[in-house]
Amino acid sequence: MAAATRAAVPSRSFAVRQFRFWLTDYRRTWRGSIYSSLLSPLLFLGAMGLGLGKLVDAHGTASLGGVSYLVFLAPGLLAATGMQTAVGECTYPVFASVKWTKTYQAASASPLRPADVFHGHLLFVLMRLTMNCGIFIAVASVLGAVRSVWIVAALPVAVLTGLAFATPIEAWSVTRTKDTSFAVIYRFGMIPMFLFSGVFFPITQLPAWFRPLAYLTPLWHGAALCRALSLGVATLGGALVHVGYLVLWAAAGVAAGHMTYPRRLYV
Amino acid sequence: MIRARGLVKRFGSFTAVDGIDFDLSRGEAFGFLGPNGAGKSSTMRMIGCVSPPSGGELSILGLDPVADGPAIRARLGVVPQEDTLDLELTVRENLMIYGRYFGLPREVIRERSTRLLEFVQLSDRSADQVEPLSGGMKRRLTIARSLINEPEILLLDEPTTGLDPQARHAVWDRLFRLKQQGVTLVLTTHYMDEAEQLCDRLVVMDRGKIAAEGSPRELIGRYSTPEVLEMRFDPAEHQVAAEKLTGVPAERTEVLADRILLYVTDGDVALAAVRALEVEPLTSLVRRSTLEDVFLRLTGRRLED
Repeated sequence: MAAATRAAVPSRSFAVRQFRFWLTDYRRTWRGSIYSSLLSPLLFLGAMGLGLGKLVDAHGTASLGGVSYLVFLAPGLLAATGMQTAVGECTYPVFASVKWTKTYQAASASPLRPADVFHGHLLFVLMRLTMNCGIFIAVASVLGAVRSVWIVAALPVAVLTGLAFATPIEAWSVTRTKDTSFAVIYRFGMIPMFLFSGVFFPITQLPAWFRPLAYLTPLWHGAALCRALSLGVATLGGALVHVGYLVLWAAAGVAAGHMTYPRRLYV
Repeated sequence: MIRARGLVKRFGSFTAVDGIDFDLSRGEAFGFLGPNGAGKSSTMRMIGCVSPPSGGELSILGLDPVADGPAIRARLGVVPQEDTLDLELTVRENLMIYGRYFGLPREVIRERSTRLLEFVQLSDRSADQVEPLSGGMKRRLTIARSLINEPEILLLDEPTTGLDPQARHAVWDRLFRLKQQGVTLVLTTHYMDEAEQLCDRLVVMDRGKIAAEGSPRELIGRYSTPEVLEMRFDPAEHQVAAEKLTGVPAERTEVLADRILLYVTDGDVALAAVRALEVEPLTSLVRRSTLEDVFLRLTGRRLED
């Protein structure tokens, strides 16, 4: 009898129920979020790509692979958009759900389990990643920053880059009891990665001893693959390595979340 | 419907619930009465299947809370100690979201929401945001939300803590009606008047253990006298008066920091006896015994300390 009741509990639809909560929640803020998703690539590609790019291009672009700075920069920023969206969606919103609004606890009193709460939130993050990276690609294409139709394949890569950050950060955020930890992530995690993982310049420009650090970051792999796709020079082997590394991070984060969510919500 | 044997909850080296037994049958209003930290909320969370027991047995609706959490929770309604409403959504949206957690179709939720909002007297606020509602209204909304899945058992963790007297009575009134409709209620409280008003049966909890069990009337009959004479004295004379009062025939005397209580059959007779000893309290009050007196007798402490 008990087993029959248990079997009637489908796990996928449970996560969807939590995802629907986030959609309802998002209905209040979607307009503003679209504006900022549009504005951010315009600002960065405008200032860095067109403004700074003119100076760079005047120096010769051999080290950029012979393309203009704008074309070099755009795919890097695309991957970074994945990272930034992930960090934004997986820090304060998670913390708020468990500490301030307690919507996680509210869901936990219903049939949903901690894993469903986790998956449901991830589904929403996945949607936000797809939106933001998609908008970025559209803006970059309009600005002439894209060389190849392979940029279409860069969308899932950028989303995957975001997931490589989203799952571990979400798993960690739910364990926090104070929101001060997040400033550390931004300052000492996200910003250095943004600057030194091959988004703005090839990491071959960095001292040799420093480069392995960049190779360890998911962002470098995401940026490298997005760039290869955007320029139309991707190879299957390279793509598999990058994708594999990103999947590893995302999977590790999911595994971590399966431990941290129950621990926080079932006390 | 719920059965616990030797139920234990530990947090590290701290034992919040220390081997309690209780049984609950359908249609009953069952209470856990005790001061803060007595283990009431921990017990409630174990029943709500969001806190795995550290020891003992617990069965809810015949199911195991650890293995069958989702199936049990589908049949429970939960009013947590702190409201977990989404403040930025409207009253109705809150019910919609919650109903969707239970997998109910929108149509059903809409129909039930109308009925439930009427029941908790929030129909005219249904399209408003939750944020500006008063504490009592939020509480009533939480109660409406907990009923969206038509639960067999409703768990209420301190349903009226933090509400003003009027709002508390409004909540009690609604809970009383639910009880009349046959909903099984389980509630925790540190208000003895709440326990007396709502519970058919209750357990007195103290430091993780059950100190006594019975209906409010039974408990008062068993552990207290029909009447209590409460007296206040000038602080300077408090001790002296306490010593003199040993001469008054009373079943029991409690010397609290600010008052002296005499447990007697007839309060007026006792007050006359006090005056005969030429002890004059600043104020005196003869009242019936309450659960607070039961608690004091059982634990030597007061409920709301």
